[in-house]
Amino acid sequence: MSTSTSTATGNRTVTYKQGSAAGRWLRGHLVLILGLIVLVYTFVPIFVVVLMSFNAPTSRLIYRFDGFTLHNWLNPCEAEGMCSALGTSIEIGLLATLGSTVLGTLIAFALVRHDFVGRSSMNLLIFLPMASPEIVMGSSLLALFVAAGRGGQLGFWTILIAHIMFCISFVVVTVRARLAGLDDNLEQAAMDLYATPQQTFWRVTFPLVFPGILGAALLSFSLSFDDFIVTNLNAGNTTTFPMFVWGVAQRGVPMQVNVVGTVMFLISVLIVVGGEVNSRRRQRALT
Amino acid sequence: MSETVRKRGRTGYLLLIPGVLWLGLFFVIPLYSLVATSLFDPSGSDTVGYTMTYHWANYSHVISDYWQPLVRSLAYGALATLFCLILGYVLAYAIAFKAGRWKNLMLVLVIAPFFTSFLVRTLSWKLLLADDGIIVNTLQFVHILGADGRLLATPFAVIAGLTYNFLPFMVLPLYASIDKIDPRLIEASSDLYANPFVGFFKVTWPLSLPGVVSGTLLTFIPAVGDYINAELLGSPNQRMIGSVIQSLFTNANNYPAAGALSVILMLLIVVMVLFYVRRAGTEDLL
Repeated sequence: MSTSTSTATGNRTVTYKQGSAAGRWLRGHLVLILGLIVLVYTFVPIFVVVLMSFNAPTSRLIYRFDGFTLHNWLNPCEAEGMCSALGTSIEIGLLATLGSTVLGTLIAFALVRHDFVGRSSMNLLIFLPMASPEIVMGSSLLALFVAAGRGGQLGFWTILIAHIMFCISFVVVTVRARLAGLDDNLEQAAMDLYATPQQTFWRVTFPLVFPGILGAALLSFSLSFDDFIVTNLNAGNTTTFPMFVWGVAQRGVPMQVNVVGTVMFLISVLIVVGGEVNSRRRQRALT
Repeated sequence: MSETVRKRGRTGYLLLIPGVLWLGLFFVIPLYSLVATSLFDPSGSDTVGYTMTYHWANYSHVISDYWQPLVRSLAYGALATLFCLILGYVLAYAIAFKAGRWKNLMLVLVIAPFFTSFLVRTLSWKLLLADDGIIVNTLQFVHILGADGRLLATPFAVIAGLTYNFLPFMVLPLYASIDKIDPRLIEASSDLYANPFVGFFKVTWPLSLPGVVSGTLLTFIPAVGDYINAELLGSPNQRMIGSVIQSLFTNANNYPAAGALSVILMLLIVVMVLFYVRRAGTEDLL
């Protein structure tokens, strides 16, 4: 496996006596080629989603590419019920992101910066929701809502409660990683320069942790937006986007679903590329 | 990890309280409530109400009724995790050691497809694997698949779907731990006349174990509980446990049985995880 011609630290060439030049090249790049094949595999379904978003279907039940059209892109809400489901998902996603990011960030700060009784049980409490199958979390919340006599009131608020619950742990882990990797000296320096604790926090600590919080928020939004299993159990008559897709999967998928899929893909690429450009620029500014 | 001196006092508790309350109210208490539900008298219903009779027989009933989907889910989950590990390791290794200046771009490319909705992606797999689809036709053309062979509605399709959908959960932790490995250690092993394979199994693999452990857990647990792939890509007589629980809750309104089945699934996973973590010997999962 270590037949590479160069590595991150040293430039050492491993040469093999046997084999042609092409064979050597292939051996040296085998892992990279296999890795690229896996990467292509992850993109195949995306390619289908993008393609189908331009599809002009002749029948709603046969799911295949029949001809090119912009119709789906120009009339996304023509798919009955899709846009309201999308709206519900975005609304819940934003609120769940806000709630879980605030609660999770507070916990992360407490875990890294403060000492308290019951630290290890706290770690367990953070770990368990991430390690529980969604079906168990969803059914236990449903059991609670039914036991509390609220089974008849399932809907927007019960979905929101559930989403905030399962996002918190991911926020804690993401923010904690950023916070733990922070250089303590910067804060010490600020204090040495007579900054008050508040000033130190808002001018030094918070801006440094912010990328972590932002990352956690993006993660929360996508977890919430994409969740089906927990949502489906606690939704009552409310329909989110994944529930809409689930519903139409049996009776014929409107092509507009693929428009949404494509847009989600584009937005995520833009966000990640934007973040990358931003951090490159900052790095260049520092050097 | 950090050298920070942790402050004592009230502030820590004040920061914890809101989040802990939320997790307590909507994660811990529901689990308790689930266990209680699993012991209710099965003759009740959600309209009449349930009575707590410590009806342990619920457990033996659901095991004899649903052991097949239970075993199937564990098997599918394990196979999907194995395939994820193989594919994910290759990808993570290539990104960490071979991608050079394309490293960040490749990482972005790994994550990007997974922001497109889970269900939308699974539907597009359904299209790809369809009976008259491009994959089936190709496989039939080269005679890997018989003329009336199919992929959709087979265990193969379900496992392929699970593997695809949970791959990033494997790649990211693997990448994090492989990227930390000092390449000089691998060079040293080859200086000491280890061939690439020995070098890999004696140096790289052991050093990447933390990533392997967290990656397999992050893949296995959701894969066992998932039923979206099984419903969309599999056949109706090969249901996974998640869809049994879901339909017991929402269609059959049999809360005690659904509760008992959820508790069994949770216990099975906890036991397997504890055993696995102990064997793999990595305690610092987080």
